[in-house]
Formats: sequence, structure tokens, C-alpha cells
Amino acid sequence: MAPALLEQPAQAQTPAGVLGPGAVPVTLTINGKPMKVSVEPRETLLDVLRNKLDLTGAKRVCDRGTCGACSVLVNGKVMYACTILAIDAQGKQITTVEGFALSGGRPHPVVQAFVNHDAQQCGYCTPGFVVAAKAFLDSNPNPTYEQVKDGLGGNLCRCGTYIGIRQAVLEAAKTMKGGSNA
Amino acid sequence: MQPFEYASPKTLKEALALLGGGWSDAAVLAGGTDLISLMKDEVMSPKRVVNIKEIAELKGISKTAAGIRIGALATVDEVLSNPLIRASFPALTEAARGVASPQIRNMGTFGGDLCQRPRCWYFRAGFGLIPRHEGKDLVAEGDNRYHAIFGNGPARFVSASSFGPALVALGAKIKLASPSGTREVDAEKFFLAPSSSDVREVDLKPNEILTEVIVPATAAKNATYEVRQKDALDWPLATASVALTMKGSTVASARVVLGHVAPTPWVSAEAAKAIEGKAVTAETAEAAGKAAVAAARPLSMNAYKVQIAAAAVKRALMAAAGVKA
Repeated sequence: MAPALLEQPAQAQTPAGVLGPGAVPVTLTINGKPMKVSVEPRETLLDVLRNKLDLTGAKRVCDRGTCGACSVLVNGKVMYACTILAIDAQGKQITTVEGFALSGGRPHPVVQAFVNHDAQQCGYCTPGFVVAAKAFLDSNPNPTYEQVKDGLGGNLCRCGTYIGIRQAVLEAAKTMKGGSNA
Repeated sequence: MQPFEYASPKTLKEALALLGGGWSDAAVLAGGTDLISLMKDEVMSPKRVVNIKEIAELKGISKTAAGIRIGALATVDEVLSNPLIRASFPALTEAARGVASPQIRNMGTFGGDLCQRPRCWYFRAGFGLIPRHEGKDLVAEGDNRYHAIFGNGPARFVSASSFGPALVALGAKIKLASPSGTREVDAEKFFLAPSSSDVREVDLKPNEILTEVIVPATAAKNATYEVRQKDALDWPLATASVALTMKGSTVASARVVLGHVAPTPWVSAEAAKAIEGKAVTAETAEAAGKAAVAAARPLSMNAYKVQIAAAAVKRALMAAAGVKA
């Protein structure tokens, strides 16, 4: 290799506030806890959760904001973690399925309803559906079947277990109103 | 995804100073639902990404003297649930409802919907807006089931914007800012059918940011009807947005704009002419739908879209006029 290529090129003046492209230290608030991690600007929240923070509930499937397997809550709203830059998620409350699936050793009503209705086959899409269902029920506590169908329109199940999933969400709505885990 | 620098300025002025003269210098990041996929597929590999989500002046939906101002950062969900928009511009509310994924509605922004790149699979595979490979016209000779049925080429992709047709029908103005000032473009002129892969499909320069859209106050009855293959998240096969100025029960003047059938929202003067001077009934609306597609020139695999587009026009007219099927 020619020596010139090994020399550090003269750096253009980087404007204030510009970070990267190398790794940058960030603090993400995940399931209520601040977590320090070093990320390149190009890393997605999903990849950082799975590969650096050992939170593998959110799944990487389409990786293009279409299938919903990576669903997480950002400030209480359901979003696709594959389509959020991790560096962009600073200062926000991020909730993954690990953050609410079990509470005091008991399954969250949505999780219990999925079990009761056998609302999965291979199960790979399930954590995304559970997160989307929780977000949906938080803002629609008393939904109709049609509203459940619309409310989960951003998640795909290639095994086609939609009927069981929708029944589970309707049951969870009843349970949650009962105050078992509101 | 290629590496890039990242900045998250708090003001529009700072953001504009971080953009460059070429598209590869910097990209604007809002909801990310388009840009991040484009970067993963390396269709776009900007040296810098400028996150504009922290810029307060680009947010919000409000009533102004001229009509309603929709900030570029208003999310699709904010548009869907906004009572001002629902009361005056159901064409926009229904367009927002067509984005049938809560996740995309929570993330995606109004400005991003207008600036998103086409979904043409040849474009997304890196062959450009007017895709050719080894002497072949990939759209004409390849799989063109979701491509245009209107327009004289060479561009055959369809405009991906959900809000574009309604904004064109409503005569909205799009505001753009650059380091040297601001300008305003009619929604109809914002969308362009490029003549080469080097030209953009919207009237936006690399150093500009779409800041807000003004939808002028109107008494026109308006509606959007979208046809998708499935109820859940999917791209429309065809849409129609209409705005009708009524005189009693008669349509005095009409704007009929089709979506997902051409490289831009497609204004149909023929459909407007067919419905003007008439009351909206199932029969007159159907005739207008037929008039809208009379000049359609489908490709080898998308003749099915012609009938769908005609039905979308018919149903949008009936929805605007409150006529039951």
C-alpha cells in the first residue's frame, strides 16, 4: 500500500454538534433503566438491543419497517425498532417486551391471553404482536373485533394465527379492566 | 448501511447549515420510515444524516388566517386524529387512515410522506428512477404490475405519497426553506415526472427542507378513497381525492386527483368536466370514473388498475357528496 494512503488525511472542519461516523457513547433509557452503550450513528435501535444489550425479545425479520416483529414502545407509542437509529432514541422511554411481559412473576394479561388462546404457531412474531397489542389496549381499553384487527395492522404473522391473536387481545381487554394488572 | 455522520440540531437555521449542495452530502431524517430503508439498501448513502425531529418550529397542526398549517414533523397519526383536519379536510383524514400500520402512523411524518422516494422495485434495487439494464427498459419488459397507467414516460414509477393527491385537490401550498431563504410551491407543481434518473421526482433541492404545508380554508366537499390489496399495511393500488365546490346539490366545480397511477398525483380534468354541472349520484359518479381512465395506457401487467382507479374516483365523489352506494 502506498504510504500516502496510510497517512491521516487532512480533516475538514467538522461543524459543532456533528457526531460519528465512528462509535459514539450514548445512554438509552430501556425498561426504565439508563443503559450506557457505544454505537455508530448507523446502528439501529433493534440491532443495539439485540446485539449489545442482550434484549432479544424484539425480533429482526423484514428489517424494513413492514412486519412488526421488532415492535417496541417509544414514549408509550408502538414503533418499529429496526427503523429507528439508536443514537436517535436517546432521551426517550423505550419499553421492550421484556419490560412488561412478567410483572411480579405473573404474566401480563396480554401474555396470559396469548397462552390461553394458543395465539401463535412458530412464535417468532409473537413478541412484536404482544407489544403492539399492549400499546393498542393502553389507548383502546374496550375495543371491538374490527378495531383489534385495525389496531394490529402493522404486524404480520406468516403462520396466519390472526384469529387466535385477535381473540387473545379481546380477552386481555376484559382481564385488564378487571384490574389484575392495569 | 454505509457509515455516516449524524447531527441533531435544535433550530431550522442550524439544520440548513448542515446540508450540502449535493444529494450525497447530507440527508434529512424525520420519521425515518423511508430513509433508513433506503440507506440499508444503499440506494442512498449520504455522508451525513441531519435529524430534524428536535426542531420545534417544524411541529404541530394549527389554524391560521389562510387555512390550516401542517408542520413537516406532524406525524401521520397526528393528522389522522386532528379535529380541525377532520372537520374541514376529510380527504386528508382518510388519506392518513390509509396508512394502515399504527407503527408507521406513529413514526412517519407529513413532510416525509411528501418527500419519500418511489417504491418502484427497480428503483429500490438500485436501477434508478428510469431503470434500464443491458439495453432493456426494465419496467416495460419486466414486472410492472404496480407501475403507472398514466403519463407519457419515460418515468413509469408511481408517486408514493399518501397525502399528495388530497393536497393537490385542495390547492395546498408547500413551504421550503434553504440557507438563502424560503419559497412556496403549489402542491400540484411540487411533484415532478423526471426525464432522467439524475433528476428528483419532487421540486426539492439538496440544501432545502420542507417546513410546512398550508391547506387553504375551503367550503369544498372533499374525500379520499383508497383501494389496497389487503386491509392491513399495504401500498395503495389506486386512490382518488376529490374536492367539490357545490351550488345547491349541483357540482359547480371539481378537482379530481388520482394517486398511485402515475409518477405524480394525476389531475383528471376529464373527470372534473364529467361531474361539473351535475348532482352526484351513483350514475354520474360512475361516468366521471370512466372519464378519469379514458386516457389510461396500462403496461403489460397492470390493466387491472384501470378499473380500480375508475372505482376509486366514483367512490371518492360519492363519499365527498355524502351519497350512499
